[in-house]
Amino acid sequence: MSAVMDEKPVQQVTKGAIKIDDVVKIYDPDGAAVMAVDHCSIDIPAGEICMIVGPSGCGKTTLLNAIAGFHGITSGSIHLDGELLCGPGKPQAVPGSDRIVVFQNGALFPWKTNLENIAFGPMMAGKMSKAEIYDKARGMMADAGLSGTENNYPGEVSSGLRRRVEIVRALMNDPKVLLFDEPYRALDSLTKSVMHEALLEIYYRNKVTIFFITHDLEEAIFLGHRLIIMSSRPCKPKKIVEVDIPHPRDYSALTSTRFREIMQEAKGVVNEEAQKAFDAGEKEG
Amino acid sequence: MSSTMKTADVVTNTQGPEVSTLSLTMFRFASWLKSPRPYLMMIGFAIVLGFWYLAVEVWKLPRFEDMPGLTEVFSEWFSKDPYYGLSIFTPEYYLHIGISLRRIAYAFLLATCLGVPLGLFLGWSKNFREFIFPLFEVLRPIPILAWVPLAIIMFAGSESPVIFLTFLASFFATTLNTMLGVESIDESYSRAASCLGASRWQVFRHVVIPGAMPYIFTGLQISIGVAWFSLVAGEMVSGQYGLGYLINTAYMMIEYPKIIIGMITLGIIGFATSAMVRMLGDYLMQWRVRELALGD
Repeated sequence: MSAVMDEKPVQQVTKGAIKIDDVVKIYDPDGAAVMAVDHCSIDIPAGEICMIVGPSGCGKTTLLNAIAGFHGITSGSIHLDGELLCGPGKPQAVPGSDRIVVFQNGALFPWKTNLENIAFGPMMAGKMSKAEIYDKARGMMADAGLSGTENNYPGEVSSGLRRRVEIVRALMNDPKVLLFDEPYRALDSLTKSVMHEALLEIYYRNKVTIFFITHDLEEAIFLGHRLIIMSSRPCKPKKIVEVDIPHPRDYSALTSTRFREIMQEAKGVVNEEAQKAFDAGEKEG
Repeated sequence: MSSTMKTADVVTNTQGPEVSTLSLTMFRFASWLKSPRPYLMMIGFAIVLGFWYLAVEVWKLPRFEDMPGLTEVFSEWFSKDPYYGLSIFTPEYYLHIGISLRRIAYAFLLATCLGVPLGLFLGWSKNFREFIFPLFEVLRPIPILAWVPLAIIMFAGSESPVIFLTFLASFFATTLNTMLGVESIDESYSRAASCLGASRWQVFRHVVIPGAMPYIFTGLQISIGVAWFSLVAGEMVSGQYGLGYLINTAYMMIEYPKIIIGMITLGIIGFATSAMVRMLGDYLMQWRVRELALGD
């Protein structure tokens, strides 16, 4: 794995390494314990785009929520750059702007304009003046092709544009890690392909570690350095697939022979797990 | 992509929220006039008024024969020298309206100032809700009329019992809707805010309050409606002056046209106050107005 990583521009990134070590999450809603995550260990080097692929409802989001600090873990530990996020003696991580989530249905505040949304993190931190923050926000919007929509409310622009605003809002805080929870699930396939290229473009400009949950294999292979294919519930890594298609990538990668080979390799495992999840009658989500 | 940019351009051409609200209102009014809606509305009114006229004055239907007729009511209402002493030209008419409005204003403002914060905290803090909400849920279904004797015993004079009754109905509606508003907020918003480094208080300020706003204003709409309802009930049993008092005394003095004048006036003023609350809501929730405008 390290041999593959070394060829990529990833090595310049020094922060944002996530170490998930033997994490177990048991839900206990009605006295009946449900295991969502089962002794899961994943090592993500700084600056990697790590795609977590698995059937709906397998517990991928549980893992993401544990990293983000939305809920705790039962045992095991998660480290970010060697620092304990959660683990023994600290069941739940504290949410912070070093790990920012881009949500499945989008979570731009509809009552704030795009510019106010993007300025939100630094405004809360209160370390810069409002003028400085807004200058920076405008600059970042311009870089991401969002000029002209500063004073629109998120409800006034297309869903694809909203997702970009949300990513820029996260990047405003110089996060170490971006956590994506199937952010493009609700988009149509044409918008999706535009979004994929836009995301990569943003990634090449601001290298961060990306922890990206999806059940769309094509999306996973196109974006990721690595696919971690998860088993159906309880969730644990079943197979790791290296995507050795060189970055920067564009849409021609989709039709390459290598892409199809990787697709072939991953598809079998994914389908098997999807079938298992289907047979178990697991709820979508 | 190109369609996105177009939308964006169109919207950013308007300058600031104030201008866009005004032009939006004008645009809406113009398209309303062009649509069949105003004419349908007039037909609706014509049918009801026509039926009233025919039923009472022409056909003299059973149960309608003792009712004041349309022409009698309207000629009294707009008369310079009204037979029963009440028309748009008599100061007494405006005294009744003014006193009712003043009571509504006190009660509604008090209910809003207490109900909105209480609702926000009920929705926001689980412990606080466990503590207050069951009590609230037992008090809320008690009809306002059941409070009348207590109100008269508790509050001295004739003014404060009426205001108290009006306040009570508004207060429950506002508090409950505000609480539901907080509960309706998608969890992703507060999670996103805490990801972006917001403290618990900042989440309250920047997510909970604006997120609950649509429900708060729904609550205030209901609140102003039930305020009028309980005001009239209160004025009928206690106090002097006011539209409820007017209707009740007209009934006792067998001055039937005055009842109808009071009722229609209540309808018009009730509608106007409700519209004012809605306009305030639109002003405070530009994002929603603009979102809905695009949806049309």
